[in-house]
Amino acid sequence: MEKLLAWIDDRFPLTKVWEEHLSKYYTPKNFNFWYYFGSLALLVLVMQIVTGIFLTMHYKPDTESAFASVEFIMRDVSWGWLIRYMHSTGASFFFIVVYLHMFRAMMYGSHRKPRELLWIIGVIIFVALMAESFMGYLLPWGNMSYWGAQVIISLFEAIPYIGPGLSEWIRGDFVVADATLNRFFAFHVIAIPLVLVILVFVHIVALHKVGSSNPDGIEIKKKKDANGIPLDGIPFHPYYTVKDIVGVVVFLMVFSAVVFFAPELGGWFLEHDNFVPANILQTPPEIVPLWYFTPYYSILRANTVSFILDAKVWGVIFMALSIMVFFFLPWLDRSPVKSIRYRGWIFKTALAFFVVAFVILGYLGTKSPQAIDLMLFPNVYWAQIFTIVYFAFFALMPWYTKIDKTKPVPERVTK
Amino acid sequence: MSEGVDRDKRRFLTLLTTGVGAIGVGFAATPFVLSMTPSARARAAGAPVEVDISKLESGQMMTVEWRGKPVWIVRRTKDMLASLPALDKVVADPESKVADQQPSYAANKTRSLKPELLVLVGICTHLGCSPSQKFQVGPASGMGDDWTGGFFCPCHGSKFDLAGRVFKGVPAPTNLPVPPHTFLSDTRILIGEDKKGAA
Repeated sequence: MEKLLAWIDDRFPLTKVWEEHLSKYYTPKNFNFWYYFGSLALLVLVMQIVTGIFLTMHYKPDTESAFASVEFIMRDVSWGWLIRYMHSTGASFFFIVVYLHMFRAMMYGSHRKPRELLWIIGVIIFVALMAESFMGYLLPWGNMSYWGAQVIISLFEAIPYIGPGLSEWIRGDFVVADATLNRFFAFHVIAIPLVLVILVFVHIVALHKVGSSNPDGIEIKKKKDANGIPLDGIPFHPYYTVKDIVGVVVFLMVFSAVVFFAPELGGWFLEHDNFVPANILQTPPEIVPLWYFTPYYSILRANTVSFILDAKVWGVIFMALSIMVFFFLPWLDRSPVKSIRYRGWIFKTALAFFVVAFVILGYLGTKSPQAIDLMLFPNVYWAQIFTIVYFAFFALMPWYTKIDKTKPVPERVTK
Repeated sequence: MSEGVDRDKRRFLTLLTTGVGAIGVGFAATPFVLSMTPSARARAAGAPVEVDISKLESGQMMTVEWRGKPVWIVRRTKDMLASLPALDKVVADPESKVADQQPSYAANKTRSLKPELLVLVGICTHLGCSPSQKFQVGPASGMGDDWTGGFFCPCHGSKFDLAGRVFKGVPAPTNLPVPPHTFLSDTRILIGEDKKGAA
C-alpha cells in the first residue's frame, strides 16, 4: 500500500493535495451551526448533477414531447418520480442552503479583507445558479415555465438599442419556442453546470488560500505555535469532515421529508400552473416565479414611475442592481470589526431590517400587485417601501457601519 | 545566439501574436454566435393569418395565433366605443403618438380600421405576458368602481382600455400594438399583411 502511494506521489501530488486541503488544512475551532451550509451546498450540487444525468436519459427537449416526457418520467420510468422529485426539491434546497451560506457571510463579515475575491467568486456562483435554475424551469414546458421564460427574456428588451435583437438572439425565435427550449436544455445540462463546477473549484481554491473566517471574525493565522500551526486551528479532516457528516444527515432527513411527503410543498417548490402544458395563447391568471426569485421579482414590479426612462427600464435596472450590489459588499462595510458579535446595535438593526425586507419582498412577489395582502394599502406600495429598505441597507452601509459603536475584539477565538 | 535580448522586439511580437490571435478568436466565434439567431425556418413561419369573423358577436372577443403570439379581435359595442373619449386624460398615449405601436391607419381615436373592430397583439408591452379580458364594468369587474372595461395584465398589474391604450401609472410603457391587418371582405381579416405588403 505504501509502495503504491509512493509510486503515485512520484507522478501525482496525491499526499500533498490531501494534506494541504484536508489533513493539514487548519480551520478555526469555533465554527458553529452557520458553517454547515458551504459543504451542504456542495452536496446539493453533486445531487443535482447526478439526478440531472439520470433525468436526461428520459427527457425530450422538444415542445411536442417535453411535457409528456416529464409525465412519462413521473409515471412509467422505474423510480423516475423519485429522481425527478429529488431534482426539483434539490433546486429549492440549493437556494435555501446558498441563502443561509450568504447570510452567514454577512453576519460574520466573511466577505471582508482578505476574502473579497472569495466573496466575489461566490456571488458569481449565485448568479450562475440563478441562470441554471431559470433555464431548468423551462424544460418541463408547463404553462408557468413558458410564461415565466417569456417574461424574463423580455427583460432584455428593456435595454436600449440592442434589447429587441438581444432577446431574439436568446430565444432563437420571435417568441419562446422550440429553439428556446432546445438551447435552454443545452445550457442547463452542460454549459452552466460546467461553469458552476469550475467556479466552485475556484471558490474552494480561494478559500484555502486565505483560510476560513469564523464567528469571531478574527484571523487565526496571527497566533501560531512553534511549528507554524495556528493555535486556534484544527485540521479540517477529521474534525470538520465528521462534523459536516452530522450536518449532512440532518439535512437529508429534512430533504427526504419534503421529497417523500410534500414534493410540491403546496405550490412553493412545484407550481400548480406548471402541471398544465404550455399554452401560448393563455397566460396563467397569476404569473409567479419560484420562491427564490420572488424578492427580485417584487423589486422589478415595484417600479411604476417613469422618470426620464420608462418605468419598465427602471424595474429592470433595480432588479439587476439588487443582485449586483452584493459584489460591492466587502467595500461598503466600513466597520473596524467583522463579526456581528462585536458590532453595535445599528448594524444588528440594519441587518434585521434587511432580512425582513427580503422575506416580505419575497412574499409580495407571489401575490398580485393590486391586492391587499398585508394591510391598509395594495401590495405594490408595500413592495416599494421594502425595496427602499432593501437598497438603504446597502447604500447607507458605509455610513452606519462607521458610526456604529463596536466592542473590543478578542485576541483568540472564543466559544 | 547572443546573450542580449531585444526586449522591444519581443514585446512587439508578443503583442502582435496576441492581437492576431484575438481577431482569430473573434472570427471563429461569429458562426457560433450567429447560430443562435432565429433560423430560416423560424423567420419563414411568420406568414399572415386569415380569420373569419362572421361569428364574432358584438361585445365579444376572439383570439387567434399569429407568429406564435395571441392576436385579439374584439367587436366593440356602442357603449364600449362611447367609453373611450372619457379616458383620454387617464391613458398615457391617448392619440397613439408612439408610431411603432400601430400602423398609421390605426393611429386614430379607436385605434382601428373600422371603429367597432379592434385588432391587437395580446402581449403586454411591459414584459410579454398576455393580459386578461376585463370587459365587465364597474364594481363587478373587480377593477374598481370607475372601470369601463378593458384588459388587465395579471403579471405586473398593467391596465389597458378597450382600444388597447395603456393607463398612466402602470409598468407597461406603451399601448398594446395593433398588428398590420386588412379586411379581405366584411367577414374576413388578414392579419400580418396590409395594403403596403407583408409585415
